[in-house]
Amino acid sequence: MLNPQLNKHGELQHLLTIDGLPKSIVNHILDTASSFVGVSDREVKNVPLMRGKSVFNLFFENSTRTRTTFEIASKRLSADVINLNINASSASKGESLLDTIDNLAAMHADMFVVRHAQSGAPHLIAKHLIDTKQSHVHVVNAGDGRHAHPTQGLLDMYTIRHYKKDFTNLTVAIVGDILHSRVARSDIHGLTTLGVPEVRAIGPHTLLPSGLEQMGVRVFTDMNEGLKGVDVIIMLRLQNERMSGALLPSAQEFFKSYGLTPERLALAKPDAIVMHPGPMNRGVEIDSAVADGPQAVILPQVTFGIAVRMAVMSILAGTQG
Amino acid sequence: MKLHIKNGHMIDPANGIDALQDVFIEAGRVLAVMPPGTCPPGFIAERTLDCAGLIVAPGFVDLSARLREPGYEYKATLESELQAAMQGGVTSLICPPDTDPVLDEPGLVEMLKHRAKTLNQAHVHPLGALTVGLKGHALTEMAELTEAGCIGFSQAEVPIEDTNVLLRAMQYANTFGYTVWLRPQDAHIGRGGIAHSGPLASRLGLAGVPVMSETIALHTIFELMRASRARVHLCRMSSGAGLDLVRAAKKEGLPLTCDVGAHHLHLTDADIGFFDSNARFTPPLRSGRDRDAIRQGLFDGTIDALCSDHTPLDEEEKLLPFGEASPGATGLELLLSLALKWADDYAVHQDGAAPAPVRPLVRAIAKITSDAARVAGLACGQLAIGSVADVCVFDPAARWVVNASRLASQGKHTPFLGYELSGQVMATVVAGHIAYQR
Amino acid sequence: MPNSTDLPPATDRSPDADAPQYDAEALYRELLQQVAAGLAGASEVAIVGIHSGGAWLAERLAHDLQLTKRLGCIDVSFYRDDFAEKGLRFDVKPSQIGFAVDGATILLVDDVLYTGRTTRAAINELFDYGRPAKILLAALVDRGGRQLPIAADFVAASVTLPDAQALVLGRADDGQFTLTIDDYDA
Repeated sequence: MLNPQLNKHGELQHLLTIDGLPKSIVNHILDTASSFVGVSDREVKNVPLMRGKSVFNLFFENSTRTRTTFEIASKRLSADVINLNINASSASKGESLLDTIDNLAAMHADMFVVRHAQSGAPHLIAKHLIDTKQSHVHVVNAGDGRHAHPTQGLLDMYTIRHYKKDFTNLTVAIVGDILHSRVARSDIHGLTTLGVPEVRAIGPHTLLPSGLEQMGVRVFTDMNEGLKGVDVIIMLRLQNERMSGALLPSAQEFFKSYGLTPERLALAKPDAIVMHPGPMNRGVEIDSAVADGPQAVILPQVTFGIAVRMAVMSILAGTQG
Repeated sequence: MKLHIKNGHMIDPANGIDALQDVFIEAGRVLAVMPPGTCPPGFIAERTLDCAGLIVAPGFVDLSARLREPGYEYKATLESELQAAMQGGVTSLICPPDTDPVLDEPGLVEMLKHRAKTLNQAHVHPLGALTVGLKGHALTEMAELTEAGCIGFSQAEVPIEDTNVLLRAMQYANTFGYTVWLRPQDAHIGRGGIAHSGPLASRLGLAGVPVMSETIALHTIFELMRASRARVHLCRMSSGAGLDLVRAAKKEGLPLTCDVGAHHLHLTDADIGFFDSNARFTPPLRSGRDRDAIRQGLFDGTIDALCSDHTPLDEEEKLLPFGEASPGATGLELLLSLALKWADDYAVHQDGAAPAPVRPLVRAIAKITSDAARVAGLACGQLAIGSVADVCVFDPAARWVVNASRLASQGKHTPFLGYELSGQVMATVVAGHIAYQR
Repeated sequence: MPNSTDLPPATDRSPDADAPQYDAEALYRELLQQVAAGLAGASEVAIVGIHSGGAWLAERLAHDLQLTKRLGCIDVSFYRDDFAEKGLRFDVKPSQIGFAVDGATILLVDDVLYTGRTTRAAINELFDYGRPAKILLAALVDRGGRQLPIAADFVAASVTLPDAQALVLGRADDGQFTLTIDDYDA
């Protein structure tokens, strides 16, 4: 089956997941992003690359943060942005996902930024656009179910590259609710694609999916063991819903065994960096002292996120259907 | 009508026939089976079917085909699905009780049987609901339902949570000698799961259904069988571990049969590919090892029968993100080809091993005729003298490409879309009259 | 009117050269002379080179004119007019302007002036940084073929070439410039 992300010339036409992307394309995105970082420091924070293009933010799952960063990225590329919160409108009237897409494409959308609660929804949209010969319309996955959040994965890779330069001698730990996390999956694919020799997942058994080893990950349930000698710590957000459904007894107990405290941070390398996709639950997965401390790079992640999204969107916009 | 089916190669596993034989049919029943060139004295055929180069088999018996009546007529109708049965060579089919309303009242069963009979195509044998509304609380009037035409009792896809209710249902069914048809599926483990629990589901971010959901349910069912002595047919086995338990239970002597859906005979979770909702099934497609165990299980008799698990779905239910799509695929018109594909794969597999006592093609036909009929407790699926003349004539070598326009069923969705398969039905005879001819 | 001469004949020809080579160093000295004269008396001067050939020239000019603290470089990839046909290049480099553009007299430097589109893009990009008082354009070679009303203030040499050929500026490890004619592969 042909990878729907790449056109027949091997160029990126949709960004759906980092899984299966050639390393050269990942590096191209990161390299292009570094050019965009400087744009945000200028007086005029725009470049005219996507002037006249329409970007539709299709958020079937609410997220003000992610939607805002995509909106900023689009506007910095001089694109027109239309925001659609679908749960409020046509989906509740029973319009199918693909009918919604067809209607919006008929309004000359150039790009869809899609967030959906179902894993695989952006794939369905991309495949539909290819099948209906509308491959000049590009899809960016802004997060689908538990499957992928590729722009987050890419900005996490950019952040690591910025602080650590060389991926090939790093140990990276991802901590928390990996079972439900699309960020974790995208990070794992990004890290393994870029050649990180040791990727660790740390969490209780109830929050670790089966088959992590097949994805190239070493599994730890003991956080103190798992953090030893680590260069990068990626903390995942623990959602309140996880306290029900017999996955975890309480937030306090989670913090006791898996919270990133200064003591635990000291087990990692002295120059280890601490990352978090946000928003943080202080006192649940991360101690405030660490979140506000010198090793945390959580705010730079946000800045890099805009540049990475600008890079993704401009690369896609420049690909012929 | 006097019908002469001549020059065909007859395969009738129940009666040990695997040879060139002509079939003579009169008044809807098999009058005689004789070598070509001979004829029963005084028989003048009104219709003749020349089957040179073709296989003549009993009409297929499909242990699970959804017809969408009553209740889901907008999705598919009795007319279209029975036409699909004819084109698939299926002359007897068993339909599960998960219609709308559920088949838990004799009146509904009678109406369904009546409707099917007037269409004069496949024989339709409904399964009655085991509990009222399939809700798992109150028993249905099993004797009344049997009188109306039900051949067994089932919970379709809905597991019974209350083991005490399941025990009582099995005891009650056993009182009258009815068979209970159960899907081995725990009510809680894997609930909400949409793919086989394993590395692929983890990578794709799909909630998993572990094999444990099947094996735990099997253990429970076997214990209840020991206590109630009820006869049980297990629907849609999906795992190697489950088949091992079935093998042991049969060895122990429990009155047990099981079937597998034709898609699970060939496909694995890898066929989900990039979230193809055509590969969404319940039970889910499992790993390569499970698929291989299923193929072996069909061969060594652990699995009694192969069914199509025909589930016609429309675009609205399939063109959705994987987790929202309805599970199931169209199957009546693929049953023969998928059975033959298994036989072909096994013939290749044989190399070096001692030749099987029964060649794979015959075994494959048995799994969709006589063995299936035995599971259902029906007399069909074979062509002994005096049997109802349900016959399927097919060309085992004819290749065809699966696409929507070739299918009579209103369900056009199958993971085999675009595949080239072997085996085409050339004619289907039901109770002695030619109901379909290509 | 720019002082320009025809391309000087090749002097340092290596024995087995296929592509004709020109004395890029001589051209640079000519350009430096013109620029030094042209910038005399100007205030708030800064030099901005266009990646990559223009950036090399700008670096050398900044060194020779003692303007290393007022040196910048830009990559015009985000301002090109052929994005829809060609997409984003694979080797976009970050633009770096470390000084205030507002009120500056900017010497924009490119290696070869041809259609004028790159210059147009560079000017647009500079204006997104701020409002310069003046922009002057310096090019090592003007090969004609303008498609926009753009003219260089300082040019070392003019030449005409068929469309299928390109002039390529190179920089050796020791910093010496070379100028060769290649066939277009783009």
